[in-house]
Amino acid sequence: MALAPTLAEEKASSVISPGKIITLRILKFNPKIDEKKKFIEYQVPCEKWTTVLDTILDVKKHLDHSIAVRYSCRQATCGSCGMIINGRPRLACFTKINELDSSVITVEPMNNFPIIRDLVVGFDRLFKTHKKLKPYIISEDSETISTKEFLQTPQEVEKYIQFANCIKCGLCNSVCPTMATDSSFIGPQALAQAYRYVADTRDKGKDDRLKIIDDSHGIWRCHFAGSCSQVCPKGVDPAMGIQLLRGYMLGFRS
Amino acid sequence: MRESIIMKIHYGTALAAVALVAVHILFRLTQNFAESLSYQSVIANYQFLPYAGLLEIILILLSIHGFNGLRVILLELKQGHSYEKAVSYGCIAAMVTVIAYGSRTIFMTSMGMF
Repeated sequence: MALAPTLAEEKASSVISPGKIITLRILKFNPKIDEKKKFIEYQVPCEKWTTVLDTILDVKKHLDHSIAVRYSCRQATCGSCGMIINGRPRLACFTKINELDSSVITVEPMNNFPIIRDLVVGFDRLFKTHKKLKPYIISEDSETISTKEFLQTPQEVEKYIQFANCIKCGLCNSVCPTMATDSSFIGPQALAQAYRYVADTRDKGKDDRLKIIDDSHGIWRCHFAGSCSQVCPKGVDPAMGIQLLRGYMLGFRS
Repeated sequence: MRESIIMKIHYGTALAAVALVAVHILFRLTQNFAESLSYQSVIANYQFLPYAGLLEIILILLSIHGFNGLRVILLELKQGHSYEKAVSYGCIAAMVTVIAYGSRTIFMTSMGMF
């Protein structure tokens, strides 16, 4: 009984923003049917809390059901809704219309990925390279079988923990200039994951992983443009991971 | 050869070439530009054995570094097993040819055959 008036007061006192209408330009393309890519414009109302994903889903619900978009968690955890928003790869669920500071929002599928339809791209290459790097702890011992506990100091965890935040959204691969020209390049996502496990003191698969990335299309093809680190929505720094991995390969780190 | 070994050679040749080219430029600064390029001056340089040796080393370092750089660029432009093999062997052949031709010039000039 005591809570109800408070909630009511709060509701009454909250300021409702006037809202605005923005133009959402969505790239429509079905490689099986269409010859050319084309942008279709929609007028969408938005509030200050509206995300790009909200507007796309608004369009899909009310204006054009045929738009293909991949999404799931809506909280930058699943990595499904990566796309190019106003020329920069971002997560649609994590990008507010307000922060883009423009009344025209252009959304396109990510570069360096094959388009399946509209904003949906194929992740086969990313998952393949990710798996190739053995993204798991390799150890003869197991915490689950024996009573042994694998302890790590905070300093040891600090070495790799930011790389464990990767959500496999593919934004780093999308913006990588080497990925654009070299179809066999492992890519910043997989290389950062290789570092994540190589730097983990519990892992014993360092030599295996270093052998895999020591290829003519492996770690040495990175030009250190650093774009991958600029676009990561989770604050992972793949460019730094790649440089640290190079330290292992050149013998500066062990 | 593993890519890491190739890249170690690539970086090593770059560093060594920077140091030796700096010595080469310092040698050139002892004369003015026109005098430095005169026929007698060039021949005299080749016949001074330590300097001819320096030029030979620079030739080898830059050829290795340059042709490996070219190989890397070509591998990024296009992919495919046979293409990559052709690029790798082609670059090695070109590197050997340039070193052989340059060495021939240096040796013949330093022995007074020009």
